Amino acid sequence: MRNIQANQITKSISELFTQCSYIIGDDIKDSIDTALKIEPSPIGRNTLLQISQNYDIAARERIAICQDTGMSVVFVELGQDVHIEGGQFEEAIQQGVREAYLHGYLRKSIVAEPLFERVNTKDNTPAVIHTRIVPGDKLKLTAVAKGFGSENMSALKMLVPADGIEGVKRFVLETVERAGPNPCPPIVVGLGIGGTFEQAALMAKEATALPLSRSNENPKYKQLEEELLTRINELGVGPGGTGGLTTALKVHIIYAPTHIAGLPVAVNICCHAARHASQIL
Amino acid sequence: MENIHLDLPLDEKTVRSLRAGDAVTLSGSIITGRDAAHKRLVDLIDQGKELPVDLNGQAIYYVGPAPASPGHAVGSAGPTTSYRMDVYTPKLLDLGLRAMIGKGLRSKEVVESMKKNGAVYFGAVGGAAALISRSIIASEVIAYPDLGAEAIHRFTIKDFPVIVIIDSEGNNLYESGPKLYKKTAL
Ligand code: SF4
Repeated sequence: MRNIQANQITKSISELFTQCSYIIGDDIKDSIDTALKIEPSPIGRNTLLQISQNYDIAARERIAICQDTGMSVVFVELGQDVHIEGGQFEEAIQQGVREAYLHGYLRKSIVAEPLFERVNTKDNTPAVIHTRIVPGDKLKLTAVAKGFGSENMSALKMLVPADGIEGVKRFVLETVERAGPNPCPPIVVGLGIGGTFEQAALMAKEATALPLSRSNENPKYKQLEEELLTRINELGVGPGGTGGLTTALKVHIIYAPTHIAGLPVAVNICCHAARHASQIL
Repeated sequence: MENIHLDLPLDEKTVRSLRAGDAVTLSGSIITGRDAAHKRLVDLIDQGKELPVDLNGQAIYYVGPAPASPGHAVGSAGPTTSYRMDVYTPKLLDLGLRAMIGKGLRSKEVVESMKKNGAVYFGAVGGAAALISRSIIASEVIAYPDLGAEAIHRFTIKDFPVIVIIDSEGNNLYESGPKLYKKTAL
């Protein structure tokens, strides 16, 4: 048994959200800079250049990469030998979000209720928290600041087994093409394939926060990731949607066992401001 | 890329001379507004009431900025996705709104109204919010302070970088641009 103080969790969450809002991952930055060298569209290159310069300015001045500092999503891997002391676990996370957004000059974008009043909670809480209990005595926290320009372009479809691999490809390509300029391309595409309705969506969201260098361990899924990336970039959407060959930086698939009658596919789109950061306590 | 510099406000003749794909830098005064402010403006129009801001000849920027850190006029301030404003936009264009700055697709109704009224839709780079905030040199709230980041602000901008996405003839860079690079049919 290992004790972790609730206020350590709050501190970690606050730091993770501030850090990822100001500083883009090296993988994303490098990928944009590489695209800048090969993008044939002049307007597209100008867009990529602004995106790259924007990362530098945000990191240097410690200001938000994008004004939409997102809805806060937290993935937790909680070791079963961890005991949380000195406060409630989820409240400790919410407090971390509150501190990051109130003190870090981040925009508060959350409304308390979605349909009738839509009143802003003024501190970006509540965060969406997904917790998994895992072996061990560590606590891994992953903060994802999810912008809604790209979230709104995401889609889920309950395909049937007969739709097969071609059906999955078609749905992904249609979703990305229909999104066009709206999700601020270049994008990162997270795919959740299999499981149930909600599990597919959750896997897709997790997939958007994987490092760009990661590929699926299953060679068939790895190949599908690569083929989809190529075909998405051949759609011609381009940086900012004004045409070009850089539409996506990466396609990540996470898959899971599913029902004999089902083939759920979730496409979660993340913009080039793909903000996430992790810490292990 | 060649760049056209324009001072605001824009007259109809200037706007009608712009073409989809033109790179433009803007200087002068613009107003901001997004979902909630649009809804309030159109509610007033529908009730025949006076608006808190004169839209004639105006340029509007779809943005909800991040809070300003000390020493800055605004926080990060990139464009938000424009289609959420589409249901309201034709009514504002009919009142003389000359230019819109945002990102993403527009509806047919908006494009038709732009052609009729002589208006232009500029795109700013979505997500380049820290960079863009450097071309905003002053900011004041002019209506709906209760909306916070969604309040209507007046921004003074200098060399604000945009691209003409849809011009007053209805040419659309989001259609013509991708066509040049598309390789596969779905
Ligand atoms: S989609 Fe992403 S980059 Fe674009 S405005 Fe939203 S958060 Fe920013």
